[in-house]
Amino acid sequence: MNKKKTAKSHAGAAGITRRNVLKGGAAVAGAAVGSGVIGMPVIWAQNIKDITLNQVGPSYSVISDITEKASADLGFKVVAQTAETVALMAKTVSQPQTVDIADFEFWGLQKAWRSGNLQPIEIAKIKNWSKMTPIMRDGKNFDGSDASRQGTLPFKVLHTDSMDSKEFAAEATDYATVMPTIYNADTLGLRSDLIGREITSWAELFNPEFQGKTALVNIPSIGIMDAAMALESRGDLKYGDKGNMTREEIDKTVEALIELKKAGQFRAFWSTFDESVNLMAAGEVVIQSMWSPAVTAVKSRGIDCVYQGMTEGYRGWGLGMGLMRHLEGIKLEAAYEYLNWYLSGWQGAFIARQGYYSSVPETAKANLTENERGYWYEGKPATEDILDPYGNTMDKAGNSRDGGSFEDRIGNIACWNTVMDEDRYMIQRWNEFVSS
Amino acid sequence: MSGSSSGSSSSATPYLQVAPLALIMIAMVGIPLATVVLLSFWESDGILIYPTYNLQNYIDVLTSPVTLSLFLKTLKFASITLIFTAVIGFTCSYFLVFHVRNLRWQIALFLLCTIPFWTSNIIRMVSWIPFLGREGLFNTLLIEAGIISQPLDVLLFSDFSVILTYIHLYTLFMIVPIFNSMAKINPNLIEAARDAGASSFQILRYIIIPLSKTGLALGTIFVVTLVMGDFFAVRVMSGGQSASVVSAMKNEIDQLYYPQASAMAVLLVIVVLIMVSAVLRIVDIRSELAR
Repeated sequence: MNKKKTAKSHAGAAGITRRNVLKGGAAVAGAAVGSGVIGMPVIWAQNIKDITLNQVGPSYSVISDITEKASADLGFKVVAQTAETVALMAKTVSQPQTVDIADFEFWGLQKAWRSGNLQPIEIAKIKNWSKMTPIMRDGKNFDGSDASRQGTLPFKVLHTDSMDSKEFAAEATDYATVMPTIYNADTLGLRSDLIGREITSWAELFNPEFQGKTALVNIPSIGIMDAAMALESRGDLKYGDKGNMTREEIDKTVEALIELKKAGQFRAFWSTFDESVNLMAAGEVVIQSMWSPAVTAVKSRGIDCVYQGMTEGYRGWGLGMGLMRHLEGIKLEAAYEYLNWYLSGWQGAFIARQGYYSSVPETAKANLTENERGYWYEGKPATEDILDPYGNTMDKAGNSRDGGSFEDRIGNIACWNTVMDEDRYMIQRWNEFVSS
Repeated sequence: MSGSSSGSSSSATPYLQVAPLALIMIAMVGIPLATVVLLSFWESDGILIYPTYNLQNYIDVLTSPVTLSLFLKTLKFASITLIFTAVIGFTCSYFLVFHVRNLRWQIALFLLCTIPFWTSNIIRMVSWIPFLGREGLFNTLLIEAGIISQPLDVLLFSDFSVILTYIHLYTLFMIVPIFNSMAKINPNLIEAARDAGASSFQILRYIIIPLSKTGLALGTIFVVTLVMGDFFAVRVMSGGQSASVVSAMKNEIDQLYYPQASAMAVLLVIVVLIMVSAVLRIVDIRSELAR
């Protein structure tokens, strides 16, 4: 009986898809009917247990503590599988069946969406979409002004035209490519104890004072942005759009980098999280590109490491969860359930304790203690010790977060992690820089 | 008649004998390699791959100045590593074979050489980092001994540390084949030479080295191919400051430019094949091994 019904609903879903192909406009109506059939409580309760959703994404977002909590709350199984963005892109393109929910960095999505292996998310089905922070949802800053469009501003890749489109829509539509989840503002990490003075500009990365004591991240698309921030603030170069450089701009940037490298400015180019931690902790490097949790990791060793906000602003990044094209029927419904759970607060609070922000700050904040809320979101000094998600002390009472409040940090993003149109040329030139 | 039938069955026997290995090689080496070659003629825009069959990837690779500098850099690593591993490998084997006469000791010392290899490659490599670092053991030692006042930066995240690691990792691949060749040298030969009035150097030059060259050749092939194909050691030990052919390939693969990386891979295979065939031309390993 149940089996029959499921089979029917599958057939229904398939029918809808076919109709969509025939007539894109019917998609809204069709999908609504589909969810009505599939969402019937009887079937739901009885088939739900057998569902397993495979969530794949980078280690700092796809965390098994989160998927376990979700599995317990939702009654079906969510499995966490980590793959860095480049590996996830490869999976999405060539082995889409191995992924159910793809946790994409926006720049990765910018590339992978074209494969057509992800299906749009119907915004109407995401309950907390309206509560989402404007910078993720609308590309607007907190004061209503436009956020920086240099690089992959999430809004640029957030919407699509129809259920079958492989393109991005310039304006908001009813279909989202992914559901924004976590994001942060990146800057330079410093060993303030070894530097001994105030650092306020990206230009310091290339200051001869720190010759042989700086490092860049060796992910070409991100490393070149950090370099561009520094070169621009030194006044050497002026970019039209750091997030989408012209060949000429790439040439100038790489030539400047090669010159700096020959002069011995760099100690290393790191590729992994722990490399960046070790470089900093061992004193090999005093100023470098860094992720927020890496700074935390250095700090937790009792070393004075600061994630210093710069006057030129931050380099922002974010992730969104996408549904793979092959999800259908009850599994698709379960995926929507999971997406809604994700924005309901528990995950937002968990991730806040790692230093990241939730796309729906309201629910995340509600799940934090007052002390945590003050420290992570409001820029207030901690009233008692701040613990990470696993209960280790991260910061002592009395200290406050580097860079201040949520609005101060996220409101000051100058550019976004991205992939450029001249991507291939840029990688070639970056290879030249690294091997020079 | 019966003779011819047994003849036909025996003519099939060698083919049956090589069949298992041949099948494995075709499945595990032949097909992937053919795929790489095929892919290298296709086109990619960073996500989708188009089967277009043109030479653009090769034109890009061959006209880029990066390619030459990458290959030169990798060849430099390979040749320096080769010289050091050959000298160390030869010396160790010589000692084991000609100075340690007791078989039990020979085996014991030989095993001693392999002890570091009981741990993972990565552990052995990474353990150099805290030793050579700016605040590392070696620099601290030198500073406390008053030999230097500033830590030596060149020790870590430099070509020096990369080559040091290669030598450390790959010397055993030299020791084993050389040891094997030397152990086969008939001691009577050396005694005869000595009786005929040869000096130790002459014995080394005219007997031991020529008779060890199979081992040297095999070791060379191991070391050269290992260094040419490495990207991890060069990345970690140079602190990402040096690139090898494969690390550049990895950057392209990460961004899903598989065809471009394939063209580079084909080029690398060709270069390594030339090097290996050059070695085989100098030393006829087959006949030497059959000896």
